[in-house]
Amino acid sequence: MLKPKALVLRAPGTNCDEETQFAFEMAGVDADRIHINRIIESPNVLDEYQILCVPGGFSFGDDIAAGRILANQILNRLRDAVEDFRAADKLVLGICNGFQVLVKTGFIVPPDNDGLCATLTWNDSGRFIDRWVKLKTAGEQCVFLKGLDEIYLPIAHAEGKFVARDENILNELESAGQLALRYHSNGTSENPNGSSRDIAGVCDASGRVFGLMPHPERHVLATQHPRWTREGLNDCPDGRGIFDNAASYFA
Amino acid sequence: MSKLWQIEIYPADGYQNRIAADVMADATGIGLSDKIQIDARHGFLLQSDISHDEAKSIAKNLLVEPVVEGHSVHPVGAAEVNQIETDQSVFYVLPKPGVTDPQAESARGAMSELGFSIEAVRTYRKFIVTGADAQQLKMLCSKVLANDSVEQIIAGPLELKELGAGSAYQFELAHVDILNADDATLDQISREGTLSLTTVEMQTIQQHYKRLDRNPTDIELETIAQTWSEHCSHKTLAGRIAYTDENGTRNFENMLKETVFAATQTIRAKLGSDDWCVSVFKDNAGIIEFDGTHNLTFKVETHNRPSALEPYGGANTGIGGVIRDTLGTGMGAKPICNTDVFCFASPDTEADNLPPGVMHPRTIMKGVVSGVRDYGNRMGIPTVNGAVFFDDRYVGNPLVFCGSVGIIPCEKSDKEPKPGDLIVSIGGATGRDGIHGATFSSAELTDTSEQTDGGAVQIGNAITEKMLQDVLIQARDESLYNAVTDCGAGGYSSAVGEMGEEIGAVVWLDKVPLKYGGLSYTEIWISEAQERMVFAVPEDNLKRFEELCESESVVASVIGRFDPTGQLKLQYKDDEVGEVSMAFLHDGRPPVIRDAVFQPDPELPMEIQSSQTDTLSNTDTLKKILGSLNVASKHWVIRQYDHEVQGASVVKPLTGVCNDGPSDAAVLRPILNSTKGAVVSCGMNPHLGDFDPYHMAASSIDEAIRNCVAVGADPNRIGILDNFCWGYTDRPETLGTLVRAAIACHDMAVAFGTPFISGKDSLNNEFSYDAADGSRKTISIPSTLLISALGQVDDVQKCVTMDFKTAGNLIYQIGETKDEFGGSHFGLVNGISGGKVPTVNTDQAKATFAAVHQAICNGLIRSCHDMSEGGLAVSVAEMAFAGGLGAKIDLAAAPCTADDSITKLFAESNSRFVCEVAPENQAAFEALFANVEIGLLGSVNESTQLTISLCDEVCLDSDIYELKSAWQSPLDWN
Repeated sequence: MLKPKALVLRAPGTNCDEETQFAFEMAGVDADRIHINRIIESPNVLDEYQILCVPGGFSFGDDIAAGRILANQILNRLRDAVEDFRAADKLVLGICNGFQVLVKTGFIVPPDNDGLCATLTWNDSGRFIDRWVKLKTAGEQCVFLKGLDEIYLPIAHAEGKFVARDENILNELESAGQLALRYHSNGTSENPNGSSRDIAGVCDASGRVFGLMPHPERHVLATQHPRWTREGLNDCPDGRGIFDNAASYFA
Repeated sequence: MSKLWQIEIYPADGYQNRIAADVMADATGIGLSDKIQIDARHGFLLQSDISHDEAKSIAKNLLVEPVVEGHSVHPVGAAEVNQIETDQSVFYVLPKPGVTDPQAESARGAMSELGFSIEAVRTYRKFIVTGADAQQLKMLCSKVLANDSVEQIIAGPLELKELGAGSAYQFELAHVDILNADDATLDQISREGTLSLTTVEMQTIQQHYKRLDRNPTDIELETIAQTWSEHCSHKTLAGRIAYTDENGTRNFENMLKETVFAATQTIRAKLGSDDWCVSVFKDNAGIIEFDGTHNLTFKVETHNRPSALEPYGGANTGIGGVIRDTLGTGMGAKPICNTDVFCFASPDTEADNLPPGVMHPRTIMKGVVSGVRDYGNRMGIPTVNGAVFFDDRYVGNPLVFCGSVGIIPCEKSDKEPKPGDLIVSIGGATGRDGIHGATFSSAELTDTSEQTDGGAVQIGNAITEKMLQDVLIQARDESLYNAVTDCGAGGYSSAVGEMGEEIGAVVWLDKVPLKYGGLSYTEIWISEAQERMVFAVPEDNLKRFEELCESESVVASVIGRFDPTGQLKLQYKDDEVGEVSMAFLHDGRPPVIRDAVFQPDPELPMEIQSSQTDTLSNTDTLKKILGSLNVASKHWVIRQYDHEVQGASVVKPLTGVCNDGPSDAAVLRPILNSTKGAVVSCGMNPHLGDFDPYHMAASSIDEAIRNCVAVGADPNRIGILDNFCWGYTDRPETLGTLVRAAIACHDMAVAFGTPFISGKDSLNNEFSYDAADGSRKTISIPSTLLISALGQVDDVQKCVTMDFKTAGNLIYQIGETKDEFGGSHFGLVNGISGGKVPTVNTDQAKATFAAVHQAICNGLIRSCHDMSEGGLAVSVAEMAFAGGLGAKIDLAAAPCTADDSITKLFAESNSRFVCEVAPENQAAFEALFANVEIGLLGSVNESTQLTISLCDEVCLDSDIYELKSAWQSPLDWN
């Protein structure tokens, strides 16, 4: 059985690409970090890969709005290539800035005649925040969250509040099982940014394109847990499940 | 003629207006909130010949988030965007022409991606103020809406004709007549040119040019001034100093060399073949061995003056600069974490009590934190350790220390440019940014600095630097160059001058890419534009080097060559504009000769009232110390920094059952599939300097080491850094305190075996102003020595944190408490002065550190916290509330030279820890401490109460959540 291959996309300001590559490799996926300029030069680079990951960072400084400029570049130069990638039963994962990029391309929630239906905007606090959050999965739709229930991951973002143009859009996404990951704490909400319906991660209708604000790649080693000195070293840190699911989709 | 479009953006209904909320908060902070309302918008100005519809399309498809924002598109100055009521005023705030505007640069690039050709873009913020009178508007404009040093404020509708900065440049070679100048004229030349050269230095230059029988060109004089500046050459501390104290007079030929450097040499000689220092005090950062394959680098810089004038830009470029130091160390190290330490006046200072010309400390603090946050986070470098220290003497002169740790393959740790190598500059373009930053940072600040020195302040663009880093690491691994260094203070003049010191160089100044036209050859040479680095590239590798840069959209330019002439030759097109011999540049500076004196103050006893010693007052004292600004939780700062990016985080800055207790040090595992760890900590206590700078320095070193040891670092493998920030060192008494601290640095480093690996000083940190009564007043900062420590652990899985873990575990005090209250927080919160300054017994301290380390290695310690500000009481309280567990302890067994509870609870002696030990490990633990004073104080329990008694009589009693609240609330800002 061949190992699946992941392309971890780099762009100016990407900065979580190395640890994301490490997380994929722990899951038995061969991962390469590739600059977007290479893909623009020859989009068929994507053919070699089964997983496309847009990792965290501040693409183009998050100038104008988080993820906006990279999203525009992808739409402008690589729309067909990414659409083909998705149509080929492959997986797309966006983490933090990567989620912002995917949302702003419309690959997760398709735009309508009035433009984008949903976006990620400034945290209610108006500030960047780094902290750990409890999360709960919702529904079976998302390939990356299969078999996972409650997970504990860090967030580190300023613009992570998921909002939609109206409630109907959220209702539709919810009933389709696309609002796949929520901020959660023992039944009470623990929402760090004011996100609608405690949304932390959203997948597309196929469940194969998924974006989330928390960083699963920052919880693949036991010593990354903020309380490992209290609670001991966990054999299977929570973030690994997401990468393992990506790997086993191709098993 | 192209048109100007104004695209204005505002929050959609139901979304908060962040810009307005921020300025309203700042207006409230200076007492302006009553009845004044401020609405805010932001936008982009586009200069282009695109149509209105095209401008609308750009807005809709690129600049606006339609789900959360509304917008309008009009020609600049159109009535539709400037309609206001009669009681309203409108102000536009724009970055000054030429000031870095990353948003505008990115937006222009993205518009070009969409197929639109845009000549220029500028961002703006717009404020509509309701209900303010003329006086209030003036205050708003000068204190809240804009920062005059980097922004311009325009009242009323915009009436711009064009956006571009710059103009055509007419070349003209200028000479400075010094051959015939008398001393007064020499001084005048230095002053008017902001050269910061002394009379003796100007005379030396005059003599040099007399021998050459010509006047220098302006660029030659500038080059010498930059190279000889305090900032670049550290001439005072590396100069001759006659130091006199109670032990007599000692003459230094080179003070730093004979104290701080000498300690490192002594330690390295003693280590012999086990020496783990790789490169110290010579490269952009110190380098030490790590895991056999990689070395670690560490450098800490200050960026004080720029941060006083423009806190955001100053701190932003401060962290950007020190990261470039890491990138420019050896053949280029990869940054793995940042540190930051700030000193401010109290954020609670009344606005009316501020001297003229200074910003409110709260405004400074917010700006500085945002500046560090936005650069570090964007670069993807975790900010893992730091401190914030408050003292009102920092009011005119805040201190901003930025540190950067890097990792580098062992074989890439050295560099040497070769004759014939091309000088290649990559990264940002050059503008007028920061001209005279190097000479400016060596001069004293005054209340008019804000107006006169604005050019020295700049804004960074982190993404430009991240792109530069991405390319640099690849080029390094392909061995494409022989040397690299960063452009910092002095710009190309320092970078090329230093790199070519042993060879010589020719520089083609017209080849430097510019942000805009109109720069003279001298401005190009000394500009401190950010995000530029200089490489020595062999001609054969140039093609590949340029390809690599282009593949990641990084601009590379060949700007000269290292020619083996021993001369620095500067050319602009066909004209030679300057030629200085490297020998004169680097060795021609006359030595600075200074006197330094130190007179110890008589020791005064600390008079404690009997009413300050009962249970109630002890509990109250503890809460007050926990709530004092220096001790209080810094979570508001820490949580704004990404401290986990790169995934290496092992011990985070905040720890415990709710992830909110104060860690002693940060631990990282920079190689993710290895358990070898790096430990970062710091120590600083300016209050002790008011008693005796020797003991201040000794205590800071002890504190930095014990913070490292507390989490598990090996005390035999700790490298330390010094950063001296002092007042006006031309005064012998001020220089005397510095020399005394440097002597302590030597003594402690040798005794502990902790070599200094890098250091930096910032002198003349004083602020002068005209007081209301017409007199000239000067505020000097307290003598401030920051010690940063870089430690190592073999297996990060053995590290410990400071939070109590399990009820039933035993609590020990390690190390002896002495009657040492000088500069203590007990004195501070109770308003009493005097007391003995804490000292360091290095023999006991070494034994203590060794034993604690052994106990951690043996897995015998469940939690460990150092004892510092507030003594035992604060340490135990923090351990309890961080762990969410109570404790019951008795001070009878606490090792202490005195018998009273106050000393045992609150004295701030050095080299002490509190440790939590499981009962089954009691014997094994105690056996390791045969030669160290320890005492079993009590145990952890399930309650939420901290109860401390002395011989069974309760002397302090509190709910741990009340203590936690006292600790968290002072800086729990929105």
